[in-house]
Formats: sequence, C-alpha cells, structure tokens
Amino acid sequence: MAVRVQAETFDAGAELNAFSIGAQGAGAVVSFTGIVRDVAGGLRHMMIEHYPGMTEAAIAAIVKQAQTRWALTDALVIHRHGILPPGAPIMMVATAAPHRADAFAAADFLMDYLKSRAPFWKKEVSATGAAWVAAQDADEAALDRWR
Amino acid sequence: MDVLYFAWVRERIGVPSERIETGAATVADLVAELSAREERYAAAFADTAALRVALDQTLATFDAPLAGVREVAFFPPMTGG
Repeated sequence: MAVRVQAETFDAGAELNAFSIGAQGAGAVVSFTGIVRDVAGGLRHMMIEHYPGMTEAAIAAIVKQAQTRWALTDALVIHRHGILPPGAPIMMVATAAPHRADAFAAADFLMDYLKSRAPFWKKEVSATGAAWVAAQDADEAALDRWR
Repeated sequence: MDVLYFAWVRERIGVPSERIETGAATVADLVAELSAREERYAAAFADTAALRVALDQTLATFDAPLAGVREVAFFPPMTGG
C-alpha cells in the first residue's frame, strides 16, 4: 500500500505499469486518474491547498477501511497539491485484488472518500478572478452508498 | 493551543495559524470566544454548518470537548479527488 501527497506531477501510465508489475498474481487491477478540467472556460490553473500531516493520515485511514471491506492485495493513492494547469493529473487511485469486483468497488470507494474526507481544497484561478470550489451535496450523498 | 485555518476560512481570518490561549471547554465555546473578539472571526464563523473542524488532525464536531487538544483546525467542506 502506498500513499503519496506531492506537489510534483506524475506519469499515470508509468505509475500504473509499476503498480501492475508489483501486483503480480492479483488477477485484477483498476485505476482512476483525475485531471484538471476547464469547466467554465478561461481557467488559468487550479490551486490545491491541503493540511500537511492530516492529509496523509486521513488517506491512510481511508485506504485501511477499503482493505477491511475488500480483498485487496495492493492499493496506491497519489494526490497532488499546489498549482496545477488544465490537463494536469491531480490524483490517481489504483487497486489490485484477486477479482475485478473487489478492485472496482474499492477504487470507487476510495474516490468517494478522498473527495470529501481528505483535507484538500481546490481554488480555480481564471483571468477574471479566483474562486474556491464548493463541495457538492452529491459528494456527501455518494458516501451513503458505502454505509 | 495551535489553531489552523484553511482555504477561505484562512483568507477571511487573515492568518494560516496562530497560538491561542483559551479556557474554552468545547469547539463551539472557542468559536464564540473568537467571534466576540474580532469581526474577521465573526465573519469566518458566521455559519458553522458550512464549516468542518479537526482536533489533533482528526475530524470532530463542534460540541467536542477541547480538554487535552493541542491543535484545532477550521476549514470548509473538503474538495479533494
């Protein structure tokens, strides 16, 4: 299991290859990569703030929950902070399990929890100003399916 | 204790962290004490339903006791992923 919180970019393909090689014998590997999206047009960059110390602990706790619920042989979470241009990878989750159902479910669970339980805050900076991204009710509702 | 602020809460209060001497028994008491102190706190804490709090880096509630707590953090709902 690996959790990385970093300012530097990462190569999702290279990460997935390395994870898959390390997960030999797992039978199923699922990965998700989140990318900075220019929703309204005119986005200069995304600024991601986080809570050093709590971030790593919160993600580790979420990964531990996933390991308790599904038969995972390995898991990887990478989440960036700092200034990210449109098109840049923000975060990545990979799970390995004997069977695909567990790998998919665990990746989905990790994404839902990372979105609203890991201390990151996104700010969108455009030519016209900057605004904090508001949490969506749907993000909180998404957690209900795992209860 | 150390009090930390993140995202728009940090911007509204004007500092990322500060050391505060307080006898507040709960998070809500601390919020009331700071809000009475200066307008910038009152503005940041106007709607605590829109805020989250962590005690020693673990999510908590506003009625949680502060006894033994070293670090309190206030921030808006998280928007990771």
